[in-house]
Amino acid sequence: MSVCRWLMVGLGLVAASAQASTTVVGVVSLDGDPRYAPRRVERAYPGHPMSRAAEGLRLGLADSEYELRTNGLAVDIKRVSVNDAADLPRALKELKAAKVGHVVADLPAPLLSALVQQAPAALGPSVVYNTTLDDDALRGAQCARHLLHTYPSRAMLSDALVQYLVAQRWGNALALNGPEPADALQRQALERSAKRFGLKLIEQKPFKLSGDPRERELGNVRLLTAQRNADVVVVNDAHGEFARTVPYATQVPRPVAGAAGLTAVAWHTQFERFGAPQLTRRFWRQSTQPMVGQDWAAWIAGRAIAAALLAQPKGTPADHLKALRSGAITLDGFKGKQLSFRAWDGQLRQPVFLAHADGVLTLAPMEGVLHPTEVMDTLGMEAKESPCQQRL
Amino acid sequence: MIQTRHRWAPVAMGLVLGVGLQAAAWAQASGTVYVSSEKDNKVYVFNGKGERTAEIAACERPRHMLFSLDKKTLYVCCGNSNELGLIDVATNKLKSRMALGDSPEIFDFKRDQSVVFVSIEEENVMAAYDMKTGKRLFSVPAAGEPEGIYVTPDDKIAYVTSEVGNLVHVIDLNTRKVLKDLKVGKRPRRFTPTADEKEVWVSNELSNSVSVIDTTTHAVKDTIVFKVKGVKDGDVQPVGMVLSKDGKTMWVALGHARHVAQVDVATRQVKQLVLAGKRAWNVDLSPDGNTLYVVNGLSDDMTVVDVSGATAKSLRTVPAGRVPHSALVMP
Repeated sequence: MSVCRWLMVGLGLVAASAQASTTVVGVVSLDGDPRYAPRRVERAYPGHPMSRAAEGLRLGLADSEYELRTNGLAVDIKRVSVNDAADLPRALKELKAAKVGHVVADLPAPLLSALVQQAPAALGPSVVYNTTLDDDALRGAQCARHLLHTYPSRAMLSDALVQYLVAQRWGNALALNGPEPADALQRQALERSAKRFGLKLIEQKPFKLSGDPRERELGNVRLLTAQRNADVVVVNDAHGEFARTVPYATQVPRPVAGAAGLTAVAWHTQFERFGAPQLTRRFWRQSTQPMVGQDWAAWIAGRAIAAALLAQPKGTPADHLKALRSGAITLDGFKGKQLSFRAWDGQLRQPVFLAHADGVLTLAPMEGVLHPTEVMDTLGMEAKESPCQQRL
Repeated sequence: MIQTRHRWAPVAMGLVLGVGLQAAAWAQASGTVYVSSEKDNKVYVFNGKGERTAEIAACERPRHMLFSLDKKTLYVCCGNSNELGLIDVATNKLKSRMALGDSPEIFDFKRDQSVVFVSIEEENVMAAYDMKTGKRLFSVPAAGEPEGIYVTPDDKIAYVTSEVGNLVHVIDLNTRKVLKDLKVGKRPRRFTPTADEKEVWVSNELSNSVSVIDTTTHAVKDTIVFKVKGVKDGDVQPVGMVLSKDGKTMWVALGHARHVAQVDVATRQVKQLVLAGKRAWNVDLSPDGNTLYVVNGLSDDMTVVDVSGATAKSLRTVPAGRVPHSALVMP
C-alpha cells in the first residue's frame, strides 16, 4: 500500500511538475558497500545499518509530500552509485546534470570525505548529509561547512551510555577493547565520556576473536571478565561479532554494555512514545525492514530538506544550509523534542535511546543532567571543545 | 486447584456485579469522571472527588471519549482494535462496537450525532461514518498522522490537524475537499472552541504554543506562547484544553512541563500555572466549573485541582491506570 502511495506521489509529481518547482535530491552509494553485504545485514548487530539510506530518505520526503505539494513544491530522488573513489567525479557530473543541490551520502568515511571535498566544485553551493556514520573526525578535524550529520556522533552515543551508567550508579567499568582502528575510536570516545561524567574505567583489556588456546587470555570471555570490582563490562567492538558473545558469559555476573547488551542507538523499533510506532510501521510497510538508527537519520534528512524548502521555496542550497545549520529550522524527530543542527559542527542534536535487543529503557540526556542552555548538548561535542574549524 | 477456582468463581462474579451495580448509581450522576487508560484497555470511573468507583472493560487502547446527546452512551475511540466502543453508562458495560479504520484517534460528530468524523492515523484520512449503519460514508485524504478534529456548529466545516504536516486542514464537508491548509505550530494536536465558537484553539505540542483560528475567515488570528519558569521551552508541550463554564478561561495542559496554564480568553494572557503530574496530557472540568481534572500520561495518574478561587490549588493526585489518555466529565 505504501509502495502504491509512493507511486501515486511519483505520478503526482509528474502531473504537477508543469506548475510545481521540483527539487532533486541526490543519493550517492557505493557498489558492494561491505556494510550492506547480505550476510552482514543478516547478523543485525546493534547500531549497524540494514537498509540503504535512500529508503529512509524516501519515507521522509513522502511524509512531507502533502506540505510540499500544497506549497507548489515537489522533490524527486536521483540515485547514483560509485565503484570507488575514482568514480566519484562521474557520479557528481550526473548529479550536476540533474541540478542536484542536496546530496545524501550513503558512503563509508573515506568516500564521504572525498565527496564532501569535491561537491562544491562539481555542484556549486550544495549540502551533503551524513546519515550513516558516527565518526567524530567527520564532525571535528575533517568537518566541512556544507556537511550536516543527522546520525549521532560516536561522542553522543558514548555520552548517552555513560550518562546512563552513572545514573544507575554503576560507577566502575571494565572495558574490553578490540584490535581494529574503529574499535580504538570507540575506546577514545568512552574515555572522554567517562572523564566527563565521572565513570571510573578500573581496567581496560584488549580482546581478540580467537579460539587459539595460546591466546586464551585475549579470546576467552570468562578469563577476560573476572573483575569483581567492576559494576559493568563495556565492549568497544565496532564490528560486533565478539561483543555478541559477552552478555551472560562473564566470569562474575555483570551487565554488558557498549557494542552488545545495553546499547546507545538513534532509533529502536520497540520505542513506544511520541508517535514512534507509527513511524516504525510506515518504514516497515515501505521497505519491509525494521527501522534502525541509520534509517531514522535518513528519514529526518528528508524531513530537513523538505523543511528548508518550505521555509525558503525560492532559496538556493546555500540559503537552505544557512537556515538549517543556524538552528533557525527545527524538526520533529518523534523523540519528544524539537531538534536542530549545531552551528559549530553541523551535527543534529537529538535524544539517544538506551536500549537492548528487546526494548528501550530510557532516553538520554538522562533526567537530572543539567546544561546552561540546551540539555541535549550534554551529548557530544560542545561548541568550545569541538575541533571543527569550518563553522557557519 | 481447579475445583477451588470453580468454587470461588461465582462468589467473585457476585462481588464484581455488586460493585457494578453500585457503580451504576454513580455512573449516571452528573460530575462522574471517566478516564481512558491506553494500556489497561479500560475506562476508569471516578466520583467528583477523584475516588475510583468502577472500571469498565473497554475495547483495545481506548483514547478519545464523548457522550451521546442523551448522555446515556459513552463513545470511546479504540486505537488498537480499530473501533468505536459504545459504553452504556447506566451499567458501565461495553454494549456494542463499530468498526473504524486503522488506528483511529480523535473524533467529533455532526451536531445531531448522525455522522461521526474520525481521524484515522495509519490511513492518513479523516473518515466519516454513519452512526446508524456503521458504514463509511467518505474519507478525505490528509497530510501525515491526522489527529484533532473539530466540526463547526453548522456542520459545514471540519478542522483536522496533521501532526507530521504541521498544519490544520479546513475541510468542506459538502464537497469533501480540503478548502485550505492553515500553517500552525509544530505537531498540532487538539481543538477546543470558545463559547461562541467563533474561535477554535489548536494546541501545538512541539512549539510551546496554541494557535487561535477564526472560524469565520478560516485564518490563524493569534498565537499564544507558553513559558514555564525553570523549564526549557522544548518541554512545554501543550495538548489538552478545556473551556471554563463562563467561557472566559481556557485551561491548557502543558505536557512535560508538568503544569496546566490558565489563559484569559479575551486578553490571551496566562493568569497562572498549576502544578500537575508527569506529561500533563488532557483536562476536563466538573459541571459547576470548580474542579479541574488533569490526566498525566507518564505518571499514570490524575490530578484533581480546585479552581473555584482566584488561585488554583491541587487537591490530590490519584492512580488512573497505565497511560491515561483522556478525562471526560458527565455534565
